[in-house]
Amino acid sequence: MNWKTFYALLSRDGHVARRNLLPMLLQNLLQPLLFTFVFGRVMTTSGMLPAAYKSMLLPGVMAISMVMAGVQAVAMPLIAEFQFTREIEDRLLAPIEIGWLAVAKIVTGMIQATFAGLVVIPAAWLLMGSGLSLNFGKPFEFAAVCLLVALFSSAGGLALGCSVGQTQIGLMFSLVLAPMMMFGCAYYPWSALSSFRVLQVAVLVNPLVYASEGLRGALAPQFPHIDTLLVIGVLTLIDGLILVLGLKKFQSKAVS
Amino acid sequence: MGIGIRIEELRKVYDTPPPSAARGAGFSFTPVKSAPRKKFEVVALDGVSFEIRAGEIFGLLGPNGAGKSTTIGILTTRTRPTSGRAFIGEFDVWREQVKAKRLLGVVPQRPNLDFALTAREILVFHGAYFGQSAREREKRADELLEKFKLTDRATHMVRTFSGGMMQRLSIARAMMHDPEILFLDEPSAGLDPQTRLLLWEIVRDYNRLGKTIVLTTHYMDEADSLCERLAIIDHGRIIAQGTPRELKASIPGGYLLRLRFDRVPEELMAELRTLPGVTEVRTSDHIAADVYADRGGPLIGPIVTAANAAGIELHDVHIAEPSLETLFLHHTGRSLRD
Repeated sequence: MNWKTFYALLSRDGHVARRNLLPMLLQNLLQPLLFTFVFGRVMTTSGMLPAAYKSMLLPGVMAISMVMAGVQAVAMPLIAEFQFTREIEDRLLAPIEIGWLAVAKIVTGMIQATFAGLVVIPAAWLLMGSGLSLNFGKPFEFAAVCLLVALFSSAGGLALGCSVGQTQIGLMFSLVLAPMMMFGCAYYPWSALSSFRVLQVAVLVNPLVYASEGLRGALAPQFPHIDTLLVIGVLTLIDGLILVLGLKKFQSKAVS
Repeated sequence: MGIGIRIEELRKVYDTPPPSAARGAGFSFTPVKSAPRKKFEVVALDGVSFEIRAGEIFGLLGPNGAGKSTTIGILTTRTRPTSGRAFIGEFDVWREQVKAKRLLGVVPQRPNLDFALTAREILVFHGAYFGQSAREREKRADELLEKFKLTDRATHMVRTFSGGMMQRLSIARAMMHDPEILFLDEPSAGLDPQTRLLLWEIVRDYNRLGKTIVLTTHYMDEADSLCERLAIIDHGRIIAQGTPRELKASIPGGYLLRLRFDRVPEELMAELRTLPGVTEVRTSDHIAADVYADRGGPLIGPIVTAANAAGIELHDVHIAEPSLETLFLHHTGRSLRD
């Protein structure tokens, strides 16, 4: 393992991310924040939704922000770098096993995902107004869930970025990410699906379900949620699988 | 002390459409159930062996699709050989990738510069990937920018660069970590003549430092004037190798006269073979004849006479002086641009 090279690969991604900070923030945060405002403020203030919905919604919005940020931070540059500009080739020639380049991408994605998730908390606080009740009494569970969510989103970005073509970016959003968000238990707790038995079981393949439920368990445990330890277990498993898949895809994409 | 290259019985079969076409095949809406699909197979390299000596300028010459880029791809760890082995110095390129990668610099066929960075950052980060210290890489980046006349654009994003500037920066980047072997894949494709001359000068300079240079080209004059040794490759096989002089000497006669008649009967062929200095006559489609001979112009008279005597009309004559072009034609029956 060649740490100097690995660090240089990381700092290149960090450098580019810093340069694109503002557009990146807008891209990742605008949608969840608008959602927070409309559902967390407009709908609750007008009385169409109960005020408690705010605290239920926030962990879900945070999960979505993290997943979108992680997936996009890794997948979008990868798609362009492999296909259109081929600019990744220079880094593939760096004196390090090429798998580490993918690992560097994942680390950058995790940092961006965590950042995008944490920013949601103060921002939502401002947008939603009074009545938000969050629990910060479980810092370790919260950190563990955050880390695992960040990992699966950026590893998922790696897998997607290596299997989706440039012309299919739109499809990736409408076929993969949109259903994932709607059936990710971000806007409602998993238990709310109990009257849709088939759906309730089917959504369990969606990793976002565990992200939302895990963050809900850590931040707003007053609402029904899947047991946090179970969530951590499943997320660890999902992370492992997606990581292996992503690295495999990357290898076969990088070498012809 | 330079580093040499050895490749042994290299074979590469693509079982998916080669890279540019294959990439992007992510989703498919057409169910693939009907009759078993015909297996896709393209033999890009078919048992290629050669050796490149330390410190020489070696050229791989051949038409598009001959296997040049695949060879470079394998030597630079980007393509996995189906069988056979390749060595950079003592390192097996596929098994000891990291050690091999330290020794080589690559100028790709299409510029693949990092569009998210400025020209100077591209060089500096490249140096960092190779473990250069901050001071070392800053200094070297500035030197190279100066040498390649890019200093005034150093802080610009490269997406605004012209093709020639991108090419220069690609070469500067490849030299950034001072590699022992420099690979250039079609370096002068699309360059204006001036930039091309500058490129040749840069390559020769680098070679004078004892570095090995490997370049692919389909320009005969480039191979001829730049390379110390050449391998001519076609359909994934090496069809000839040696110094440009040796290769040219191997063409029977040296001169090639390409003749077009209204028809080429066997009697005319026989007649042409008896002309002074003619070593070989070939015809492919009964209206054209290729005459290999030790002279060019002086043969026109006798050819016209022979044709007239047989009542055949001569439509066109093209005389090619001894060159790698005629060599290629001689070995493959095709012109390089076919």
